[in-house]
Amino acid sequence: MSTAVAVVLFFGVTTYAVFGGADFGAGFWDLIAGGADRGARPRALVDHSIGPVWEANHVWLIFTLVVLWTGFSAAFQSIMLTLFVPLTLAALGIVLRGSSFAFRKSVSTTSARRFAGALFATSSVLVPYCMGAVAGAIASGRVPAGGVAGDWWSSWTGPTSILGGVLAVAVCAYLASTYLVADAIRFGDADLAGYFRRRTLVAAILTGAIAFVGIFVLHNDARYIYDGLTSRALPVVILSALCGAGSLWFTMRDRHSLARPLAIGAVAAVVIAWGVAQWPYLLPQTLKVSQGAAPDPTLWSILVVFVLAAVLILPSLALLYYLDQRSALGVDEAAGAPAISVARSAQPPGPR
Amino acid sequence: MLLGVNPVPWARSQMAFTLGAHIILVPLGVAWAFMAMIANWRAIKRDDADALLLAQRWSKYMAVTFAVGAVTGTVLTFEFGLLWPTFMGRFGAAFGIPFAVEGLFFFAEAIFIAIYIYGWKRMKPWPHFWTLVPIIISGIGGTVSVVAANAWMNDPGGFTLNSSGQVTNVHPWSVIFTSAMPYEALHMVLAAYLVGGFLIASVYAAGMLRGRRDRYHRLGFIIPFTVAAIATPLQMLVGDSLARYVYNNEPTKFAAIELVPKTSSDVPETLLGHLNSNGTVTGGIKIPGLASWLSDPSTGKSTVVQGLNAFPTSGEPTVREVNTVHLAWDIMVGLGTALTLLAAWYGASWLFRRRMPQSKIFLWLAAASGIASIIALEAGWVVTEVGRQPWIVVNYLKVQNAATTNGGVWITFLVITALYLAVGTTLVTVMRRMSKRWRAEVDLDESEVPYGPRPEPEKVLVP
Repeated sequence: MSTAVAVVLFFGVTTYAVFGGADFGAGFWDLIAGGADRGARPRALVDHSIGPVWEANHVWLIFTLVVLWTGFSAAFQSIMLTLFVPLTLAALGIVLRGSSFAFRKSVSTTSARRFAGALFATSSVLVPYCMGAVAGAIASGRVPAGGVAGDWWSSWTGPTSILGGVLAVAVCAYLASTYLVADAIRFGDADLAGYFRRRTLVAAILTGAIAFVGIFVLHNDARYIYDGLTSRALPVVILSALCGAGSLWFTMRDRHSLARPLAIGAVAAVVIAWGVAQWPYLLPQTLKVSQGAAPDPTLWSILVVFVLAAVLILPSLALLYYLDQRSALGVDEAAGAPAISVARSAQPPGPR
Repeated sequence: MLLGVNPVPWARSQMAFTLGAHIILVPLGVAWAFMAMIANWRAIKRDDADALLLAQRWSKYMAVTFAVGAVTGTVLTFEFGLLWPTFMGRFGAAFGIPFAVEGLFFFAEAIFIAIYIYGWKRMKPWPHFWTLVPIIISGIGGTVSVVAANAWMNDPGGFTLNSSGQVTNVHPWSVIFTSAMPYEALHMVLAAYLVGGFLIASVYAAGMLRGRRDRYHRLGFIIPFTVAAIATPLQMLVGDSLARYVYNNEPTKFAAIELVPKTSSDVPETLLGHLNSNGTVTGGIKIPGLASWLSDPSTGKSTVVQGLNAFPTSGEPTVREVNTVHLAWDIMVGLGTALTLLAAWYGASWLFRRRMPQSKIFLWLAAASGIASIIALEAGWVVTEVGRQPWIVVNYLKVQNAATTNGGVWITFLVITALYLAVGTTLVTVMRRMSKRWRAEVDLDESEVPYGPRPEPEKVLVP
């Protein structure tokens, strides 16, 4: 039972990493796009490509937090007590990002837009770094069990946390650029496609290099995770490496429609490998999943809500993506369709 | 610990401030879709161009306020852990269940707001109209879920503790459906429609006072004001039942509300006034026997009301907390009564003259009704939260024992206060600017609001 909920929890973490990660990464490319003139076109693409519901991806974060506090209250308590600083920074970053999302489209002056854009981009790097540092703190056993606080500073500034933070930022940038290449091609902008293709290759190689260095970091700083990654999680690690290499290969050969799912697979596999390596611990070597779990009826409630979400939410999301792909009705259809004329424009419907 | 300042008062302040800010956005998220539905229905059914314009513009305002509400809601999720880790650690297994349900509604609401905004140009009118229904249902469902969690804090149940105080068994159904939950949930849903209605109507009332008395403004006033005018008297009735529930089940809170130092019958209803540290009440207007009579009309003046002296822990709640609760109660009920009278004026005018009141005084009052209803909402929130002190989970966990031990909370309080003030100011500025652009006859495309569709690529990529 607790295993099922732990899987649900990790599903939330993985989904947030993959969907939220792409959003954060887009902000990263926005941040380093250069001056106002040089960066204008990449920024315009970033702005456009960030999906219709991108801030709704925080739902996965909320989902993860709620499942953690409901299903594994003791671990949640320890994590929140110990990692107060990076989690607060992440929350503030989310406020900044979310507000600039809410306002950027509605403000019209250039300076206001630029300010909102800068906030958006900076927090897009801050939030994944903090999240990665939190993951590193947990993985390296710096969060003590038993509802007591670990060290407020050194708990998230250790080697594994730095690795986690840097890797998270790199992974986000990598995910986003694979998506941006495909988008640029879709709009027939070869220049911009080349621009993001180069960046995808750099990001892919850098991410792989960081992951490789990470193995040595984990060997010295998070031995339990290292042992897990080299034994029971090894197949997942290999899968991740294969996906990453495949994605790199297809990017070089300009088969971007294949590169993107492989990139997603590589990132998802890294997160899943972490989970498998850490098993059966919630907090490595101090709190097991089975020890920290809520009573069964609570776990059942979480599973029921999860299934309901899948049944109700997925079709709605599908409808939204369908609408996103569909062009505006008013543009294509003949002007004589009276049923549509009402909704089509703000003008009074013409005579029938 | 980080900079050793006692975190408890700062954690309380931060939670109060962020919840107080979020609760202003809630009525807009919950009730606006319903008003848009009325306008949209009129637009299609009667070919009403003004109503159509209203529905379209409202949907864009909704997107902006919902996006900000999503952010302030995410912060609250973090804060449950960051500020109250012991509360979550000990009771998360029970308290978390309504929040899991809430997440479902929140996700649905976000998706359907996006669908509605997309749909203006991509769906046929009637199917598009019906996409408002999930927004309305999830708005109400989300409110009920969160309030169920709050009701559980007031009236905890549905769990078993072992000797060391750990939750060993949970009955999810009883956690969600506590005895306080139906009253509190209905009270908050009505509050959302009441505040949302008055708030939106007040903007159009202000516009009419500036001479914009065209049909568009009248309709923009009448739709939300009518919703609020219907919700207000219902709210007074529900509030009355809730007060009687509090009398029966939360006697400490009731004693603070009614400012009753000593248990007795024939308790007067004290308007304003305050409690002194020696247990006497000074000032205020006393209406003899009314508090007893309202507590249980069947026994009238002889109804016994428990006083603050009846509760074992002396000094808890503190005199200051009692006075805060009583003042907040007076403000809520006072403003609620005033708004009921305003609603009655509006209703009478429709009944006898078949039109809304035309006088400037009415419009002035209507323009103030938005702010007044927000103050009443905040006051009601203060009554339930301060009235629960010193408990976070009544009889199980005190606020001071639930808080984080991180001494740096005062910093996060200051930062988040500054940030929220900036966000709030920007929100108002952005909405005013949207309205100015519309008045200047510049249309705002759906792609220019959050959750809206992406603009056409050629518009974007041309340097």
